Amino acid sequence: MMTFLQQADAAAAAPEILLAVLAMVLLMLGVFSRREAYTTVASGAVIALVVAIATVIWGTGSGKVTAFGGSFIVDDFARLMKVLAMGGSAIAIILSGRFLGRVGMAKFEYPVIILLATTGMMMMISAGDLISLYMGLELQSLALYVVAAINRDDAKSSEAGLKYFVLGALSSGMLLYGASLVYGFTGSTQFTAIAATLGATGSNLGVLFGLVFIISGLAFKVSAVPFHMWTPDVYEGAPTPVTAFFAAAPKIAAMALFIRVLTGPFAPVVKDWQQIVVFVSLASMVLGAFAAIGQTNIKRLLAYSSIGHMGYALVGLAAGSDEGVQGVVIYMLIYLLTTVGVFACVLAMRRQGRAVESISDLAGLARTNKGLAFVFSMLMFSLAGIPPLAGFFGKLFVFMAAVKAGLWALAIIGVIASVVGAYYYLRIVKTIYFDEPAAAFDDMDGEVKTIAYASGIFSLAFVVIAQPLLSLATAAAMSLH
Amino acid sequence: MNWPLLSVVTFLPLVGALTLLFTGSDEAASSRRARYTALWTTLVTFAVSILIPMNFTMAEPGFQLVESHAWMGGLATYKLGVDGISMPLVMLTTFLMPICILASWHVDKRVREYMIAFLVLETLMIGVFVALDLVLFYVLFEAGLIPMFLIIGIWGGPRRVYASFKFFLYTLLGSVLMLLAIIAMYWHAGTTDIATLLSTPNAFPADMQKWLWLAFFASFAVKMPMWPVHTWLPDAHVEAPTAGSVILAAILLKMGGYGFLRFSLPMFPDASLYFQNFVYVLSVVAIVYTSLVALMQEDMKKLIAYSSVAHMGFVTMGIFSLTRQGIDGAMFQMISHGLVSGALFLCVGVVYDRMHTREIAAYGGLVNRMPLYAAVFMLFTMANVGLPGSSGFVGEFLTLLGTFQNNTWVAFIASTGVILSAGYALWLYRRVVFGKLEKSTLTWMPDMTPRELATLAPLVVLTLFFGVYPAPILDTVAASVEGLLKSVQVAAAHLDTITLTMK
Repeated sequence: MMTFLQQADAAAAAPEILLAVLAMVLLMLGVFSRREAYTTVASGAVIALVVAIATVIWGTGSGKVTAFGGSFIVDDFARLMKVLAMGGSAIAIILSGRFLGRVGMAKFEYPVIILLATTGMMMMISAGDLISLYMGLELQSLALYVVAAINRDDAKSSEAGLKYFVLGALSSGMLLYGASLVYGFTGSTQFTAIAATLGATGSNLGVLFGLVFIISGLAFKVSAVPFHMWTPDVYEGAPTPVTAFFAAAPKIAAMALFIRVLTGPFAPVVKDWQQIVVFVSLASMVLGAFAAIGQTNIKRLLAYSSIGHMGYALVGLAAGSDEGVQGVVIYMLIYLLTTVGVFACVLAMRRQGRAVESISDLAGLARTNKGLAFVFSMLMFSLAGIPPLAGFFGKLFVFMAAVKAGLWALAIIGVIASVVGAYYYLRIVKTIYFDEPAAAFDDMDGEVKTIAYASGIFSLAFVVIAQPLLSLATAAAMSLH
Repeated sequence: MNWPLLSVVTFLPLVGALTLLFTGSDEAASSRRARYTALWTTLVTFAVSILIPMNFTMAEPGFQLVESHAWMGGLATYKLGVDGISMPLVMLTTFLMPICILASWHVDKRVREYMIAFLVLETLMIGVFVALDLVLFYVLFEAGLIPMFLIIGIWGGPRRVYASFKFFLYTLLGSVLMLLAIIAMYWHAGTTDIATLLSTPNAFPADMQKWLWLAFFASFAVKMPMWPVHTWLPDAHVEAPTAGSVILAAILLKMGGYGFLRFSLPMFPDASLYFQNFVYVLSVVAIVYTSLVALMQEDMKKLIAYSSVAHMGFVTMGIFSLTRQGIDGAMFQMISHGLVSGALFLCVGVVYDRMHTREIAAYGGLVNRMPLYAAVFMLFTMANVGLPGSSGFVGEFLTLLGTFQNNTWVAFIASTGVILSAGYALWLYRRVVFGKLEKSTLTWMPDMTPRELATLAPLVVLTLFFGVYPAPILDTVAASVEGLLKSVQVAAAHLDTITLTMK
């Protein structure tokens, strides 16, 4: 098998190929099995992801390797981001099981689609060429359109899916148009060749247009302002575990692609894209902070919160330096591990078997379920960026990059936006700890509890265990050269 | 010392909190256990912390008992140490904590969580004073907001939610700018090690110093709090439970003064000189204006809160007088205010627990029923006024003396604050304690219980002791203040040269 892959110049893509093949196998299994196959397929999907993670870590060599004539790059950056994305997907599948079963949506297609989306994400992360970039992006997007509308009998979910599809198709079109402009003006689709041409000739109007369109497309995928409109609707409309999936893995992949495109082919024209990223980042932080204040639905609030978080991650990218990339990688790592915990907590919000989603439902949780209340609050403080919790260090590293790059306005407005944002996270803590208790939630499912607690412990312990994670992030940032 | 004394003192309370976290959930038994665990933890912490002054060399101006470990991937270090400025504040913290726990004995709502919050807070407060790394300092400085937010919000009075949010967001807004300044310092100096930064003369160019100074000032001025950013304090004080008020007044406010002494003065000496008059104006306004405001208060806690702002005005004035006496006085005033204002809040707590109101008008003639209480309250009122013989006098006198040397007018106006403080403090005392016992609601009031006396007695002793014999504190701070002044004088000389060359 490996020899065959090597002959086909595809050895570096072994995890993706493996994942795609396993997705097909699981699909067949689901179609041809007589009984309801959800549990089997879901467990199979988690195992497939774990195997793929192991393949990424131990089966893709070391240092920088390429496949398909340079269109597919595997370096330390790609390895780390792939592990994070697959981890996010696996956790989302684990969180989904019983929830979807309860609402009668446990269809075996769901884990298969997530596997396909994850394969797309991995393609995005490893893209070394405008073509492979687009292929990965579309594979991921098409799978996500389906997942967003999975609750097809619900008007809200269908609306969310449709909105996401229309806007997503538009953004894909824009990205494709931008890519064609870049190809036209540089004469190549390969990142290294584009970088070489731009380095030699500098930018011109055509490339600039292409760049703007590509950034717009990518900003849509990370849900940064002004391409964020789909996020609150999809977050609210989709079933909670699906939202958890949306909030975690695709964001990692899209941010990785963002980094790879801007620091790869467009590295020579950093001055051209820096101001765009600064604006997108600022707008996301500010909108995320202010728009979340008025929300009463916890998922909608988390949607605005995630918009804000993408803004903070982009602060690092805006710096356009190694420190910046390192900051984004750390930020995304912490964001992923915190977000899955938050959604596990949201999944625990059930009364008499029915999911509740309003913030006021959390009232007095500290007295009905002390453990969940503590974890939830710590995760909120972490998202707010209060030390000593993990979220603070994410912000610290991106702002360090921004200050070094001299982006003072961005840094100052960013930290002030984080104070505004702290208000609504505090409001949740206030509801949990200060308010009179409402009726208790149902007992938490074992896996939901494990993930929530693990995430809470991570955000508390990051201050002590940061060292190895930071060196991973540094290695990832350095490998992009 | 071949074991990490400072780490042990810092993290002992956290260990206590963790053991509480994993104890059973039976309500009554666990409450009882929580109280005793917390009390013993804080007592043991205090006992261990006594080893710090015993292993401390007074004549040594630098940091002592230093511990250092790699942390955060080379960005920062886990580095602890004490000098003459931080050591008294550490001792104040460990000394007051058992008193706070004892004062909270009657708390019967969610006792376990209450004690955990206080123990975590103690770790963070000690950590702030012993941290010798900017990032570590910032982390601990900010982290303290979380337990205090919960303490005010869960166990506070009727407007607790408003007060806790205001406290949190106000201080957070002040601090985030300091974070950016810390980052800028890191990129400029290549280190976040406080000892290294302190020993590098002119580590930062004068223009940069001004911006850095302002960013640090934003944080410390809010924490202190200085006029006009003091408005969160009365709200937080009024709503916080008694022990929360004590911690807030006695220790959290001192972080602002500590910050000025640790960072603003020695690291940005040019900027400190440049902004001296600015701080003078704010301090004097704080002293006079908030004293006048205090006169008008109808709520006992609010009155003491405003008096805290006024007293902190003396501290900032003393610090930025940049003289030996001024800084010594400011340090002394911080310790003394920690004891006295803490005690005053405990005194309010004593009557509040009986009557459940803090309104001054609800009281009167308490001396008839509570002579012991009247005597203790009298002592602390006098100390608050700054009567010679009490610790309050030494600090105020020294800060005025220091300020007088370089600005007579500021010292003159500030000294009217002393008179005003006599006005509001004595008037409060008269309205609450003296007069006939006319209100029927008060006739059942029993005098202080042994527990209440036990919380106040150590404070009585120390207030009188330091009033008569201030040398222990002044000797401790002497060497460090000397070192601090040297760096400021170097900067002053350096500024003079610049001015001369420009002429």
